[in-house]
Amino acid sequence: MAQAIQQLINGLTLGAVYGLIAIGYTMVYGIIGMINFAHGDIYMVGAFIAVTSFTLLAAFGVSSVPFALLAVLVVAIAFTSVYGWAVERIAYRPLRASNRLAPLISAIGMSIFLENMVQVTQGARIKPIRPILTGGINLFTQGTFTVRLFETQILIIVTTVALMAGFTWLITRTSFGRQQRACEQDQVVTKVLGYNVDRIISVTFMIGAGLAAVAGVMVTVYYGVVDFFIGFVVGIKAFTAAVLGGIGSLPGAMLGGLIIGLVESFWAAYLSAEYKDVASFAILILVLMFRPTGLLGRPEVEKV
Amino acid sequence: MQAAATTHAMTLPQRLKDAFSVAFIALLLGIPMIGLTTTDEGGTALKVLTRWPALALFVAICFVGRLALQVVREALARRRARRPAKAPAQAGSSRLLTVIGWAGVGAALLVPVAFSDNRYAVDLATTVLIYVMLGWGLNVVVGLAGLLDLGYVAFYAVGAYTYALLSTQLGWSFWQALPVAGGVAAFFGVILGYPTLRLRGDYLAIVTLGFGEIIRLILVNWTSFSGGPNGISEIPRPGLFGYNFTPPGSEHSIADLLQIDYSPMQRLFFLYYLILALALLTNLFVRGMRKLPTGRAWEAVREDEIACKALGINTTHIKLAAFAIGAMLGGFAGVFFAARQGFISPESFTFSESAIILAIVVLGGMGSQMGVVLASLVLVLLPELGRDFAQYRMLLFGAAMVLIMVWRPGGILAHRAPTLVYTGPKGDQA
Repeated sequence: MAQAIQQLINGLTLGAVYGLIAIGYTMVYGIIGMINFAHGDIYMVGAFIAVTSFTLLAAFGVSSVPFALLAVLVVAIAFTSVYGWAVERIAYRPLRASNRLAPLISAIGMSIFLENMVQVTQGARIKPIRPILTGGINLFTQGTFTVRLFETQILIIVTTVALMAGFTWLITRTSFGRQQRACEQDQVVTKVLGYNVDRIISVTFMIGAGLAAVAGVMVTVYYGVVDFFIGFVVGIKAFTAAVLGGIGSLPGAMLGGLIIGLVESFWAAYLSAEYKDVASFAILILVLMFRPTGLLGRPEVEKV
Repeated sequence: MQAAATTHAMTLPQRLKDAFSVAFIALLLGIPMIGLTTTDEGGTALKVLTRWPALALFVAICFVGRLALQVVREALARRRARRPAKAPAQAGSSRLLTVIGWAGVGAALLVPVAFSDNRYAVDLATTVLIYVMLGWGLNVVVGLAGLLDLGYVAFYAVGAYTYALLSTQLGWSFWQALPVAGGVAAFFGVILGYPTLRLRGDYLAIVTLGFGEIIRLILVNWTSFSGGPNGISEIPRPGLFGYNFTPPGSEHSIADLLQIDYSPMQRLFFLYYLILALALLTNLFVRGMRKLPTGRAWEAVREDEIACKALGINTTHIKLAAFAIGAMLGGFAGVFFAARQGFISPESFTFSESAIILAIVVLGGMGSQMGVVLASLVLVLLPELGRDFAQYRMLLFGAAMVLIMVWRPGGILAHRAPTLVYTGPKGDQA
């Protein structure tokens, strides 16, 4: 029982991170109908920017943890969203009108490029940072097992909930959100109505990259280590989350993230740690087989 | 990007402004990656290093590069405006391709003669041919049937492991295992295809990717079956009619049989001609398939699935056939790979391998057999040429993938023309 609750906490934390990344996939898919294959690597870039910023702050002698976290978040979001913008501008926009495979291939190329760019410029070794938040709350003890809620986990869950609230407000209440949703439904009509579709798509990529950067910062704080290869597997799992929740649906992405996180934690704890990635992929295949529109997705009618 | 669309030239201030904005973006991108880095030398905690000169150089290159790009683009646009677009010479280019194809086969036959004492060259040529064969196999799935498969390496792995296990555990020979491994791979293709082929393109891509990763993870973790991360070693090399390419004196040595001097190069030549034969057979097979109803239906499904259904074509069976045949060809290539290396491990079957094979098909121009050869040459030889700056190899590879796609979205040899064209009832141009 105690272990199950501990796994529940761990799984929710992990799921929050997957959910943040999944939103990037689902938004981009919703608006231009393509899988942003480089999104996982954008998250990795965000994590590296976080490592560099934390190290810089430590070198300047900043000791206030809340200030450091806030500063790193702002810096990481700002720089990573530039990366998101650049990826869209270079690899996707010129191919928007061409056949479906072309942008996917250029996205895979972008993913390989980003991974190796970070390896070349930042080094191939694992980057450890000094633990920033070390405390935690002991919830209760059962036998010898103490259920513990770490400060980092509280941070991740609170940040995610806050971001989700802000993000939902952005999409449902603001002018930009309406333009974005209009663009999802019909780009041509949006253009006719006088909105700059290119700009809306660019901003969508930047928002996705910004959320991925938050996930990158959170993972850096949570695990304390980062390497250039983390983007690939996390990217696929987040994509699985997006598909599971119903691609194009924002609450679905978060829900899918939580489910994937929970399944992974429980699978690793009770079944086998080696096959935990197999579990995520198997879920993906099963969902697509039996419910291709995902849990909260709308069924799509194929047009002639 | 807009400059190419508009024909009128930009003024100098516009140009500079454009180049400045590119340089500014480059600066923002460069600060966290080029300008700053962290090292852990001399202590446990990370230290920040700055590389401002490198960053300045990068920004300057972007600025000058953007200016140069504008000039080149405008020159190209002017030339295009002056010369009206000429009609594509379809028949002539296809005849030319045939000539080039035969010349290529001739050149491939002569490679061991030309490089008879260059082990490295023959090895490299063998690698190119493996990718050509994989490319032709995947071309059936992606190029002809239009199904995006990101886990093709799984079938390659299935073929390789089937041969490795059959030969090391049961003592099967290469020729006995080859058809069986192809069959096993095709079976896996059907297993994966059957439940997933009703999915739309992008979803199918991700499912195949997941399948590829599952196969790899099983190979890594199921140690008692596959040897885990250590893989399987001492896989026997292929022989010819029961004779082996071993030094004279050993059992069934070809050198003894033919009374010729033994040289280790002989085995390399044999392997080279073996994969050449396998690849050419693959090509003939695929060409033959394209003339059969199933092959015709692949292209029809690629162009319009709904129309196919309306015509009463069972699209699931057609797609399944493409999947199984593609998987089988990948399995054959895997058998050859295992036999040539003598050692396999899950390391050889990662997603990046799938990505490279897919890149070969798409960069070459989907559906084009010749394009696959061209792209394999480019993608295998380029990294080899770049060996001196080894760490930049994959970096350049990724950048090349993006740039080639942006430059020619249809591939280097764009060839999406259907095999059959309706020319009207009397054969006149409709």
